[in-house]
Order: sequence, then structure tokens, then C-alpha cells
Amino acid sequence: MNEQERAPIYEALVELEENRIVPFDVPGHKRGKGNKELRKLLGEKCLELDVNSMKPLDNLCHPVSVIKEAEELAAKAFKAGHAFFMVNGTTSAVQAMIMSVVKKGDKIIMPRNVHRSAINALIITGAIPVYVNPSTNERLGISLGMRIDDVKAAIAQNPEAKAILVNNPTYYGICSDLKEITRLGHEANMQVLVDEAHGTHFYFGKDMPITAMAAGADYAAVSMHKSGGSLTQSSFLLTGKNVNHDYVRQVINLTQTTSGSYLLMVSLDISRRNLAIDGKKIFKKVLNLAQYARDEINDIGDYYAYSSELVNGDSIYDFDKTKLAINTLDIGMAGIEVYDILRDEYDIQIEFGDLGNILAYVSVGDNHKNIERLIGALSEIRRRYKRDKSGLFTHEYISPKVKCSPQVAFYGDKESVKLADSIGRVTSEFWMAYPPGIPILAPGEEITEEIITYIEYSKDKGCSLLGMEDMNLEYINVIKEV
Amino acid sequence: MDFWFSEKHTKNVKLSIRVNKQLHSSKSKYQRIDVFDSYEFGRFLTLDGYMMLTEKDEFIYHEMITHVPMAVHPHPANILVIGAGDGGVIRELCKYDMVESIDLVEIDKKVIEVCKKYLPKTASNFDDERVTIHIQDGLKFIRNKENMYDIIIVDSTDPFGPGEGLFTKEFYGNCYKALKEDGIMVNQHESPFYKEDAKATVRAHRRIYESFDLARVYQAHIPTYPSGHWLFGFASKKYHPVHSLDKKRWQDLKIECRYYNPNLHVGSFALPNYVESLLKSVEDDTENQEEKQ
Repeated sequence: MNEQERAPIYEALVELEENRIVPFDVPGHKRGKGNKELRKLLGEKCLELDVNSMKPLDNLCHPVSVIKEAEELAAKAFKAGHAFFMVNGTTSAVQAMIMSVVKKGDKIIMPRNVHRSAINALIITGAIPVYVNPSTNERLGISLGMRIDDVKAAIAQNPEAKAILVNNPTYYGICSDLKEITRLGHEANMQVLVDEAHGTHFYFGKDMPITAMAAGADYAAVSMHKSGGSLTQSSFLLTGKNVNHDYVRQVINLTQTTSGSYLLMVSLDISRRNLAIDGKKIFKKVLNLAQYARDEINDIGDYYAYSSELVNGDSIYDFDKTKLAINTLDIGMAGIEVYDILRDEYDIQIEFGDLGNILAYVSVGDNHKNIERLIGALSEIRRRYKRDKSGLFTHEYISPKVKCSPQVAFYGDKESVKLADSIGRVTSEFWMAYPPGIPILAPGEEITEEIITYIEYSKDKGCSLLGMEDMNLEYINVIKEV
Repeated sequence: MDFWFSEKHTKNVKLSIRVNKQLHSSKSKYQRIDVFDSYEFGRFLTLDGYMMLTEKDEFIYHEMITHVPMAVHPHPANILVIGAGDGGVIRELCKYDMVESIDLVEIDKKVIEVCKKYLPKTASNFDDERVTIHIQDGLKFIRNKENMYDIIIVDSTDPFGPGEGLFTKEFYGNCYKALKEDGIMVNQHESPFYKEDAKATVRAHRRIYESFDLARVYQAHIPTYPSGHWLFGFASKKYHPVHSLDKKRWQDLKIECRYYNPNLHVGSFALPNYVESLLKSVEDDTENQEEKQ
């Protein structure tokens, strides 16, 4: 038997059920019997499997049996040195890898268009970000990958930096030259961390961009629950062959729950098995669906569903063709407006809309029928709403002016000022449009007029803004001036 | 032998028909297809266990979904039929000499094959030279059609399973675009009687009402469908379903029908109060929303 056909956590749960163990431990719902309403909603099976760590099921904080086996199988499937089951989202995987390599005052090189989880880790550790400007595609209004020359310059200017973090692929499917960046980082004695939240499928599909582990990176945070099919909030942290994973486990345990959910863990175990066995077939189907949709959407006219034709050997080193990102500017609408119409009028929920683009997430769970609905709806939106595109704003990337470390800014003395009066001040909190959850402002950055304009425009177009303390979006927390 | 076919009309109500024998059972890419022979209703076709038609009462459905728009439109020449793999609508359309072309779009080839073999009474006119069969998803077929058809007949299954896409706003919008400036769309509109079916009626009506200049509903009595009380949607860019009807013009065509006639046509648009208020709630809702925008 191919060892990847095993699923140790799943097998242990099945055995536990068969043994009919009498539960005098937590959770107190006792296999669902104590919460009939929840059992009715989620199903009997689901609550029966919601159990606590016990000898036959191992313990996530210190795995010695079935979780250990499951992690080893996952490591082999991903061709990693070690794989950690993460139950607090890829956010926790990103944070654990950053916390494993930098401490207070250490520098870490990263693109500014990182997910908030990375900057959160800087608040916790007190590390200092060195931002590399991801270049922008003007036509599409999206941030791209890291350019090799920019990485080289950042290394040369900050030779003492401890690590480089790469966001690969981006939400939009843009990949950087991971292999070369890893080589440059290692050459300068820096660890290479990859936020691979959107790239689980790279490990299992055919003809995919290179994976972090294959590129020789030291850490990768992989969102199994995105393209991998596991339950929301479950994720993997992968480490390379030269990483001391026992130390990483200690770091993970600083913030990880001691009551890891077996529903999440078994979903990781089963999804890893599925992908290891059927991944090629699954992602071929996803690729075909995405390509079909792309061709049909480009045929409608005005929409631009982009793909590998963007590849330029540097800031777009490769493209993830399973991503269905569509630029909407030529129909005269912001992506977020199309996103809202799709949901409100056509009952279609897509992943996100930004100022110029929408992203429809295509996965193993999709079929032609639903793809046809999406294409049909886009064609209708163009027919009914197309208008002049002047007045549309596309600039996504605003180069940040970092005044102090995120930690100093976040914990420093602060005051609340009106957004309009905040120009020139240093923010102590995040402002971001969600999705995609990439900060417009991060703690420690100077507020500029350009940023205020961008925020006002995003509000006007209907983006959800979050991160700030003031839920009415009128006041911003800034560092007190002495 | 006591052999019965049962279909649940709600969780608590079912209709059973005594079966003589099963003539066919297969599974296509999209659905399970069965044909039975019964004592009371003759042969009947089910898809995924849901009644599609019986030989005894199919004439009601097919005549009502076809002749109502055909009698209103003064010169229907180019017709699009979506769904309808059983051929019943085609059979009715072929009675008109003025029809020049009929595009039939059915997603499941197997349904046509099975009907040709076991239901020759409905599948009688597929070979008419005016008919072109397209095996395709209806939503996809219509997407790039513009200003082409006088009448579109949407003979769909229920709004779950393969027919789901034919109850969506994008589909109705695409139909609007595919019709000529005086075009008419008629659709299978579910039943207002049982709660679950009524939800589908309301949804469909909302989507059509938003997409067309005029959207009305008419009814017929179909014994083997849930509750027996069935609705059709009449959506139009120009013609009114009753005021634009020229009874004499249609009578002069001398088309033979067992159910339909121009007086019944007019009467079928007179709906019970509870149905009127169901539809009106949707219309008021839509208008309120438009005002807000």
C-alpha cells in the first residue's frame, strides 16, 4: 500500500468510535448529547468526533503517536523536512515562522503587500520590517512579486537582516522567482520564509509554479483550507530540512491552543491523503475550469481575465493559472462594485473585489453549471451597467513611510484624531480593505494625503474597511507627539 | 403484482401511480432517467425520480406553454426552446407553418434518445427540417445570442439539479438580450400551492419581473404535477398577453388542440387571490428596491 493512503488521525478517530469509550472528559457536550440544537445543526457525526486529546488520539502540543505519524506523512507529501498541523489558521503558521526566526530589534525583509498576519507577528516580536516595494502593474492596478534587483538591494543595505519573507503566490496568482530569492537569502545567511497561503496546489498539481520547499526555502505557511479542501482555519506550517523543528514546535506552543480541534486535524489528514493520491487529477480539473472561464470571460469583451501572458521573468516570474482574477475597469466599474452586484443581484459570492479587479475562487468543489452562471452574470453586468471608465482610481500600492517599528507604534502612547486631521501623523493601528486583508496603513507608518484619498475612495466604492478601533471610520489612532 | 411509482410532492404528501412495468432505467452524466408504463397514465418519464410527463396529461402542459405565446405574437418565425428534451413543445410548434426555425437546446442528450425510443407520442417531430438540436447548457448557448428570436420557451425541470441555471437572473437577462424587440419569453413557473414550490415561483417571478418590461403569470391544471395547479410565466418586451391576443387570427390558423383555445387563454391569466398577492408582494418589493437605488 502506498503509505500516503493512510490517514492516522482519521483511523484513530474511527477506532475510538468503535470502542465506545465512556466520556468523562471535556468537551462537556459529551459527543453532542448535551447540546441537541447544535447536534441537529451540525450533524451527529460531527459532534461525536469533536473530542479532546487522549492517549489513543495523541496530543497536538507534543505529538508522539498518531499526530506525529500524520505530520510525517504530510511532510513527505509536501517534500518538507517537517510539517506541523495548525489549527488557528494560516495566520498562526505565518506568525510561528516569523517568531521562529526574528526577535526584538531584528530586521526582516518583506514586500509591503503582505497579509496582516505577518505585520501582527512584528508587533508581537518587536522585529523591524524592511519593505521591498512590489512593483505595480498600472493597467491592472495590482501589486506584483519581488524583483530580484530590489531583493539584492535590500540585502546589501541591510546585511544584518535575519530573514526574507516572500508572499508567493499573491492572492492574484503572481509568483516571484522563489529559487533565486532563496539562493540570495541563503548566500547572505538569511532564512527564507514563504507565505504560501494561496499555493497549496503547487505541491500536488502538474505544471504548477515551483513550491517553497522545492525552491529550498526554510519555512512555508500553507493554507490547506484554501485550495486543499480542508476545514476553515486548518493549515500547515512546513519547514525545510535544515530547520530545527523541535524549536519551532516550542514557538508554536507559545500561542497555540492546548485543545486542538480534532475536526480540524482530521480534515487536514484526509485532505492531505486526497491530494497526495488524486492531486494531479483534481488540479487538472481546476485548471481546465479556470481556463475555460477565462477564455469565455475574455470573449464577452471589456473584461480582462489575465493569465501567464503577464509573465515577465522578474516581478511576474510565474503565474498560477488556477486563479481566476478579472480586471473590470474597462466596463467602467470598480471590482468591488461588480463583486457587490454579483452577490446582491445574481446570488453569486466571489472571493473578493478590489478597486480594479475581482477574484473568483475556482476549486475542486466547482462544476461547469456554476461556472456558466458566473460567466452569464458577468456578461449581463456588462450589458446592463457598462459606462465610461473615467474617474476610476487604480493605484493600489502606496509606498509606506515607516517611522518606527510596528511594536513601538502599537504599544506606544496614542491619541485619536479625525481622519482628515491626521496627515503627517504616525498611525498606531491598521487600516485595511477586506478582502484581501493587505494593510493600507500599518502601525508605525506616516499618514499621507494620498492614503487618506485612497481610504475615502475605498469607503465610497463600498469596500469593507477594518483594523481600526473606531468602527465608524471617522477617527484614527496616532502616536502622541511629544 | 402490486408495483407503484411514488413521488413526494412535499415531505408529507405523495402521489402514487400503479405501474405495469418499467421500460427503461439509465443514468446519464446529469441525472437518472426512467420510463414506466402505467395503467392510468400510459407511459411516463421521470428524471431523478421527479415526474416530467405522462402520456395522458402531457398535452395540457405542452399546449399551454406553446400556444399562449404563439397566439399573442403576430408573426413568430424564429423560436428557441430550452430544455424540452421530450419533444412535446417541438411537436406543438411544428403545427405552425409560419415557424421558420426552431433551436432546441437540451443539456442531456440521453433524455432525447430515451424519449425518441419510448415516448414517440411527444418525440414525434425531432426530424422536422426546421428543428436544430443543440446539446448544450442553456445558459451557455444563449449567452452570446442577441436580437435573434421572436419567442423563447423555457421548458425546464425544477430549480435544483441540471435545471438550476434556468431559474437565475443571468439567464433571464440573457433571454431578454436574445429576443427581438417585440419578443416573448414563456417559462415553466412551478406551483404556488405547496410552500417549497411557491418559493420557486416567487424567486422566478422576482428575477423575471426585474428583467422584462412586462411579466405576467398564467395557469393550467396538470393532474400529475404537485397539487395539480401549475403556473407559467409570460414575459414580454412589447405584447400584452391578453390585450394583444387576436383570437380570430389564431382561429383562422385551424390548429388542433385538446386543451388550449383563445377563451381559455384569456381566462388562464385570471389568477386566484392568493396567487395574485404572492406575485404582488414580489413586484412591490422590487419596486421599493428600485426606488431606494
